Amino acid sequence: MANGAAQTWWRQIEWRRVGVSLTVGPFLLFAVLFMILPAGSLLIESFRNAQGQWTLANFADMNDPMIIEAYAMSLRISFTTAIIGAILGLLVAYAITVGGLPHGIRTAILTFSGVASNFAGVPLAFAFVATLGRTGIITALLAQLGINLYKNGFNLYSYAGLVLVYVYFQFPLMVLVMTPALDGLRREWREASAILGANTAQYWWHVALPILTPAILAGMVLLFGNAFGAFATAYALTGGTFTMVTNVIAQEMSGDVLHNEALAYALATGMIVIMTITIGTYTLLQRRAERWLRA
Amino acid sequence: MLRRFWPWLWVSLGVLYFFLPIYATFVFSLKAKKGIFSFIAYERVFADARFGASFLFSTQMALLTIFCCMLLLIPTLTVLHLFLRRLRPIVEFVALVPFVIPSVVLVFGYLRVFARPPLSLTNTTLGTYGLLLAGYMVLSMPYMYRSIDAGLRAIDLRTLVEASQSLGAGWVTIFVRVIFPNIRVAVLNGSFVTFAIVIGELTLARFMLGNAVAFAPYLAEIGRARAYEPAAITVLSLLMTWGIVMILQLLGRNTTTTIAGPR
Repeated sequence: MANGAAQTWWRQIEWRRVGVSLTVGPFLLFAVLFMILPAGSLLIESFRNAQGQWTLANFADMNDPMIIEAYAMSLRISFTTAIIGAILGLLVAYAITVGGLPHGIRTAILTFSGVASNFAGVPLAFAFVATLGRTGIITALLAQLGINLYKNGFNLYSYAGLVLVYVYFQFPLMVLVMTPALDGLRREWREASAILGANTAQYWWHVALPILTPAILAGMVLLFGNAFGAFATAYALTGGTFTMVTNVIAQEMSGDVLHNEALAYALATGMIVIMTITIGTYTLLQRRAERWLRA
Repeated sequence: MLRRFWPWLWVSLGVLYFFLPIYATFVFSLKAKKGIFSFIAYERVFADARFGASFLFSTQMALLTIFCCMLLLIPTLTVLHLFLRRLRPIVEFVALVPFVIPSVVLVFGYLRVFARPPLSLTNTTLGTYGLLLAGYMVLSMPYMYRSIDAGLRAIDLRTLVEASQSLGAGWVTIFVRVIFPNIRVAVLNGSFVTFAIVIGELTLARFMLGNAVAFAPYLAEIGRARAYEPAAITVLSLLMTWGIVMILQLLGRNTTTTIAGPR
């Protein structure tokens, strides 16, 4: 009601329209200049060659062993850490909600999760170097026990190491995402199932899990996107030499490797497409998951 | 007790994952001098003038980012809430765009569009800093948007504005003395997240300013050259992150889900 009244109100007085455009205008201008234009420019350039002609060749050029490896590695790391992070995060979230642990534990875990999900990038890489690097504390400790990690094929500066480091900020994010969803499981549902003769396993499989599935999937997708766009952690850990999409784009920017700008535009476009699908899926799933919370 | 075995196990596993690297980093940072534990690494960190300078630079950029974001978003969102509710989904969508542009891609786009003729913004220090500021604003946009939006939702905006107008207040007075004080706590929430993002942000600063000026690129450089100082800095920055998260919790939100931040 108030909405309709407001509209006729500012339509009648012209200067109000001026005021409105003076406030919303700068925001839209900022968005166009610093979000749409830079991303759009990469998008358009990815369809042009060095001479400025329209082409699809840049995307055909992506059929190159190094590029494919970079994409495969980025996808693999994001996927693996999303799965591991989701499982670990889900278990911890389960423990602090339905698990019946003291309330203090729940508060503490949520604080840790807030810290850990924000503690990423350069310092996180350093923390793992000090822990599991060649001279790290745990590496040394295990060596004293007769276990030589690095002689047994472990390497912090490789795929396995990156997974370990990424999971550090992935699983706490899952805890933060899943805790409200698990809180949304109502006691009445469990009681109703019990009255109808369901045991605990049946309750979880037939009632709780279907309700939680959208939230779990949304969490996984979010974790995937969280890892896919990541750059700083891997950069600090491996000096930007590890073959991932973000690193290849970075090397192109510093003029190190490809010397094929058009290909880098295509790489960047690919990233934006994957992230758009990811965030879109997340938004849809999240909306579905919230249905149960709102009811 | 046995019934709670599994929950306790999962929580212990999570806590172990969380604390082991922190514990190890702390011990490592004390081992700069062979054979004894000492705070020498910390002394060296603070003795390096570039540590203070880069931290100060990033702090200033963070405060500037918070200020400019508020200046850009508070009037826009107020107007949307009051007069243009139908436009709100569009602006909401725009505020989510930063999530789909990884920071490497964002800075790549910036260098392509703004660092070349005809604009050549990066030829002057002011231009470079301005561009960096814009980039930081984009990265923190989703969080600032969400916190300001939540703040405006929580108050009876229309009544407040009409009451102020009937008492003779102009729009500037309304923004500064009525709306802002009422959404202050909500805005503070987004501001702390923004602060954490800008302080830890590596990618934009690294490719626009090079290795030394901002805090995170400086850290990355130290990490390549030294052994114990990085551990000391890590402990310090963990304490800072912890402080920020504690403040956020005191402000009443314990879910700070950051995905566009310093990954």
